[in-house]
Amino acid sequence: MNSSPALLLQNARIIDPANNIDEPGDLLIVGGTISQKGKALSISCPDNGLTIDLQGKWLVPGLIDMHVHLREPGEEYKETIASGTKSAAAGGFTAVACMPNTNPVNDNQSVTSLILTKAAAEGSARVYPVGAISKNSKGTELAEYGELKKAGAVAVSDDGRPVENSQLMRRALEYSGNHNLLVISHSEEASLSENGVMNEGALSTRLGLRGVPTVAESIMIYRDLALAKYVERPIHIAHISTRESVDLVRWAKSKGCKVTAETAPHYFSLTEEAVGIYNTRAKMNPPLRSADDLAAIREGLRDGTIDAIATDHAPHSAMEKDVEFDQAANGIIGLETAVPLTLALVRENILSPSRMIELLSTQPARILGVTGGSLAEGYTADITVIDPEKTFVYREEDIVSKSSNSPFLGWEFTGKAVLTIVGGKITYRDL
Amino acid sequence: MESEYRFQHRHILGIEELSANDIGFILDTAESFKEISQRPIKKVPTLRGKTVIHLFFEPSTRTRLSFEIAAKRMSADTFNISASTSSARKGETLIDTAKNLTSMNPDIIVIRHSSSGSPHLLAQHINASVINAGDGTHEHPSQSLLDMMTVREKKGKIDGLKIAIIGDISHSRVAHSNIIGFTKMGAQVHVSGPATLIPAGIKQLGAIVCHRVEDAVADADVVMALRIQKERQLDPLLPSLREYATFFGINRTLLKLAKPDAIIMHPGPINRGVEMTFDVADGEQSVIMDQVTNGVAVRMALLYLIMGREER
Repeated sequence: MNSSPALLLQNARIIDPANNIDEPGDLLIVGGTISQKGKALSISCPDNGLTIDLQGKWLVPGLIDMHVHLREPGEEYKETIASGTKSAAAGGFTAVACMPNTNPVNDNQSVTSLILTKAAAEGSARVYPVGAISKNSKGTELAEYGELKKAGAVAVSDDGRPVENSQLMRRALEYSGNHNLLVISHSEEASLSENGVMNEGALSTRLGLRGVPTVAESIMIYRDLALAKYVERPIHIAHISTRESVDLVRWAKSKGCKVTAETAPHYFSLTEEAVGIYNTRAKMNPPLRSADDLAAIREGLRDGTIDAIATDHAPHSAMEKDVEFDQAANGIIGLETAVPLTLALVRENILSPSRMIELLSTQPARILGVTGGSLAEGYTADITVIDPEKTFVYREEDIVSKSSNSPFLGWEFTGKAVLTIVGGKITYRDL
Repeated sequence: MESEYRFQHRHILGIEELSANDIGFILDTAESFKEISQRPIKKVPTLRGKTVIHLFFEPSTRTRLSFEIAAKRMSADTFNISASTSSARKGETLIDTAKNLTSMNPDIIVIRHSSSGSPHLLAQHINASVINAGDGTHEHPSQSLLDMMTVREKKGKIDGLKIAIIGDISHSRVAHSNIIGFTKMGAQVHVSGPATLIPAGIKQLGAIVCHRVEDAVADADVVMALRIQKERQLDPLLPSLREYATFFGINRTLLKLAKPDAIIMHPGPINRGVEMTFDVADGEQSVIMDQVTNGVAVRMALLYLIMGREER
């Protein structure tokens, strides 16, 4: 990977929240690492190197999506490690953490190793496997965390379904400490959400669709926070979507709980209204919520309650989506729309550019304890260049992912990742 | 004003898509068709050469028969596909079914399906008119139209009436269509039942929620009871049918609170002794059988109007 020629990125706006930097400058990559940073047009490129004039575009630490579904092994018709990481690169991501709900479930070292081997051979982004909390994600026995960790897992989660048994969750939080694995919780009280297909409220009643109440999420978040606090272990709450969830995380942080939380771009961009006339591309779990919830998510992103933006990229084929709404699979793809959707919050002055990069790079790296998230000299050159002004229409034929289940098809976006670099090697270029 | 009105709908997917003008026009048309069913020769040539397919993914006796009689009295050719004989059991998707049916050039598909929104999905993928004969817990527009027709017939109007709907509002597509329909026509709809069966946000559909069933029935012009589904026992909605009957069933005592000339309705089939007592169901205020009669007329009107839309 590190035999790439030197690369000089000049005349950029360097945004590096880990080092409190937001200023014009040049950055030189040699041998796959960041070798030199300096004022704009101050560095010259070594012989045989490549120079790219970024004309003021944003140069940021490579984006890290800590919550994706790559579908391999088992559902390669939806996505593969190759196609999913290619989609990641096209969206500006240099690394992704993939959830274990594959077939077979990633609850053992063999599956973890397979993912890492494939990623090394065919991947366009770094892949961090997330192992299962319980064997086969069945919620009854702990998975083998020691072996998962040894094989390369960075966290554990039964994402896609909740850990219903509170004792198992407690044990997972405790035992994960032995192997320094983060527990990522898909918080959902299943008895309240069972058979639900959209947010519960006037709209679900009008459409005759069974609702998922907001409390199905917040009740379980409270349980998980209480357990984490009790056993004094960190916990990460996945895809929060409601006002109550934001309030609970804020409260837990104020009590000194080691909690981090993520939300997905759709929860700050869309409300339940997007379901429209039974649009299955607006069906996911947790479901799109009300305008009030959306406002609370935005506030949580702004004030630091929410630590990370993760896409919950969940590819599905037409077979799972072009069916009756209540029969359709949950989930949407998200890797290629995260940057423009988050930039919309920057234009609305909800996030500063620096805060945006914290949410998409610095914090995910810290939470997962992986490389990246910084542009310090000597660091591995995982870098994303964002053109905040570039406009484009998100069309089905332009999608890099194998699947096209997105509610954003046809949207006119402003802002795009135009250059993605992993370890000094260009994985995506659109400039 | 009236001469400028045109019925524009290609599909009948729900009451929500219809305006008060549309509903009034459908009811007028249905009234004029009612007489056909009383003739010795109950057939008019209006839809001769038209193909109507009844695509039923859920069991139904009354609604399917009513639609079939309506189509046959209009001289359409009718075909029935039920879930037990269709490809659904073989794993064919609804869109594939729609494409296959399109290849056979039907004019109207009447669909009943347990998934809300399935008529909408079908309508997007088929080159025929779609009539929703009940989708999940969403809508049942032809039932609501026959209910409104019955009320208008008995009361001379709908505007200004108080309608009480009692029972399982959450799972009733009839209730949803009726709340929207009667409200559009100027009536005030009060709903009551166990709080476990009153869905979130029902007020936004226009209904007034009463915790006491007596408040809903008080001074009502119309009292409509809904079927309690015995098979919904997984979700702990009710302690028992007996408790339901005691506290929410329509009986003589409760009915005394309504207007003296109030009418009693039920979309059927009735669980006698649960939603209403025997004497109420068969009493002189009951118009339940008129509802069934009007069902045929309303469905004839719908078939006529969506077919006539192109030709007029």
